[in-house]
Amino acid sequence: MFEIVDKELLAPGIYRILVKAPLVAAKAAPGHFVIVQAIEDGERIPLTIVSAQDDCIELIFQVMGVSTALLAELEPPAKLPALLGPLGIAPEVSPGEGTVLCVAGGVGAAPILPRARDYHQKGRKVVTILGARSKELLLLVDRLQEVSSELHICTDDGSAGHHGFVTDLIPEVSRRHKIEEVLAIGPLPMMAAVCKITKQLSLPTTVSLNALMVDGTGMCGACRVAVGGETKFTCVDGPEFDGHLVDFTGLANRLCQYREYEQTAYDGYRKERGECQCLNG
Amino acid sequence: MSQRVKTPKIPLDRRRTTFQEVAQTITPEEARQEAERCLQCKNPPCVKGCPVGVPIPEFIAQVARGDFGKAAETILAKNALPAVCGRVCPQESQCEGVCIRGVKAEPLAIGMLERFVAQFAPEQSGPGEPVPELRGKKVAVIGSGPAGLTAAADLAKAGMQVTVFESLHAAGGVLRYGIPEFRLPKAILEAEIEAIKALGVEIKLNTLVGKTVTLDDLRAQGYQAFFIASGAGLPSFLEIPGENLNGVYSANEFLTRVNLMRAYESKVSGTPVRVGKRVAVFGAGNVAMDAARTALRLGAEDVRIVYRRSRAEMPARLEEIENAEEEGVKFELLVSPVEFVGDERGWVKAVVLQKMELTEPGPDGRRRPVPIEGSEYTLPIDTAIIAIGQSPNPILFQSIPELQLGPKGNVVVDAEGRTNIPDVWAGGDAATGAATVIQAMGAGRTAARSIINYLSTEV
Repeated sequence: MFEIVDKELLAPGIYRILVKAPLVAAKAAPGHFVIVQAIEDGERIPLTIVSAQDDCIELIFQVMGVSTALLAELEPPAKLPALLGPLGIAPEVSPGEGTVLCVAGGVGAAPILPRARDYHQKGRKVVTILGARSKELLLLVDRLQEVSSELHICTDDGSAGHHGFVTDLIPEVSRRHKIEEVLAIGPLPMMAAVCKITKQLSLPTTVSLNALMVDGTGMCGACRVAVGGETKFTCVDGPEFDGHLVDFTGLANRLCQYREYEQTAYDGYRKERGECQCLNG
Repeated sequence: MSQRVKTPKIPLDRRRTTFQEVAQTITPEEARQEAERCLQCKNPPCVKGCPVGVPIPEFIAQVARGDFGKAAETILAKNALPAVCGRVCPQESQCEGVCIRGVKAEPLAIGMLERFVAQFAPEQSGPGEPVPELRGKKVAVIGSGPAGLTAAADLAKAGMQVTVFESLHAAGGVLRYGIPEFRLPKAILEAEIEAIKALGVEIKLNTLVGKTVTLDDLRAQGYQAFFIASGAGLPSFLEIPGENLNGVYSANEFLTRVNLMRAYESKVSGTPVRVGKRVAVFGAGNVAMDAARTALRLGAEDVRIVYRRSRAEMPARLEEIENAEEEGVKFELLVSPVEFVGDERGWVKAVVLQKMELTEPGPDGRRRPVPIEGSEYTLPIDTAIIAIGQSPNPILFQSIPELQLGPKGNVVVDAEGRTNIPDVWAGGDAATGAATVIQAMGAGRTAARSIINYLSTEV
């Protein structure tokens, strides 16, 4: 059992929890993720390790359906019945001079933070573009600011920063900086759009994929995605891949596999609770 | 001499709609009657046919006398999972396959008797006879499937402190995520795992050795020997176009969703599984039969086993093939898939199949399937389940770069289960590639014996 020692509402429907998991915390590196279950027999949910603090790991999640809603119901000192990790490949960052452009969309700010911090600590210059639908959904602004030499904000509705998408800012940023590599994490359409632009600009780009998973250890293949025409398992071969080789259309299709079921289940859950839980604290 | 007892099964009309166990246990009268059929061979081939060497004539004689509790103890001395083995062993190719009674009549129903006897196993057997010099020595077993559980039980009986590390949130390995409820009820598995825990074995769930902890971490904690029993958890795919379409599952994923995550109970909070009306299962082993029969129970109307060889070559247990057929699974034989065809929404809607013919037996005695040119046809389906095998899961091995691996990614071991690393043993599917539960258990037993030797003499 894994105790939730702290919980915070970061934005509407988006939570940060601190979970006691000493073994995982000791091994966690930037880019790793864990799989958690909110209840016994519940779905296994993959979440990036945002940071490791002593014997705890920090996780951030958005309520998207029943499983994440059940996770949001847990208050410290509730315990998670299952937590497995650290999973996935944590990329090696070599110390150097080159500038890294980090592009985060929505909850993608959570997985990008540990990676941006790692680049920063290795002496790399980090320029960050952070986007969200609106001002209240902008996450981790201060913490990203700390590890970035420049932080650009944009919102779809113009309520903060640039009025528009993260992709609008890439050409201008890449003119002013000699970008060595790009890391983009966020919703699939955003990552696909970023890759389209960076390909034109010939900027090597890494993306972090959020495929559906069950075990998280390469046992089931639910998370498979075509990368450069080859089938890869996101859980063990990723979650980061060369964005210019990822088949985004195929992955987007696979992500929809249970949408109907998920919607029905979530409607049922909300009816049972007698309210809309997603926007409550 | 009386006839071999028939497997009692629940009524056929209910089987397609329930996950209740299909085969039922025989009555005490039937058991005694069946046991009377045993010839009590002086040099019993059945014992040699059993990978863990259960003293079969001995326990059968005890059954014939009506001493069921004693019979259970006899089996347990050699087999830590009798209720499991009585249900999932391919007896026809092991003990029953070499039964002398089977030469002129039907072989003795050893599997059914083992399963019957397992219900009389003592609730708590407690630790066995400890070897004094082994007391308190720590051994780590990686994986809680049949190989790991068997080794853990043997090591604990010898007085060692055994910890089993399991990456999933429930123990049992393939017995949990792979084999369906209607063939091996989870309650039966739970009871056998509890009995192994009663020997003093500790099972640490949610721990992926190689990621959560490494062998070096465990060495630093005082573990003196390791048994790798991490199984064959890496599904093979067909590698044909369209394989990533929606509705195409690996059997591992399909069965894990249903068995481990209990998707068949259709709770609002649970893991979903989706089965359409027309299902094709590729492969003809036990996993394929399990997947096909599971699909039927989840409401599929037309379920086909698609296999590139003929019926005679199907590797599944005979009983499972019969069960599948009785329940309405169809067999599309001597065909091989060429590609999956998707609809405009990215879901599989058909598979293109090519007819095959078998060559004359080659030097290995196997008839090879070869494609017949121009024989392609299309089978409309909405779900595909790929059950063509698994290879060892590499995640642990990647954390032990010095571990010697074979060409198929399997751990290389000698006859005792020793790897090239002095304190590391391996066995079961991790060493052999996908095989049977009982073979894995046999490997667990062999490695445990070797570990006991090593720790009582060399360390």
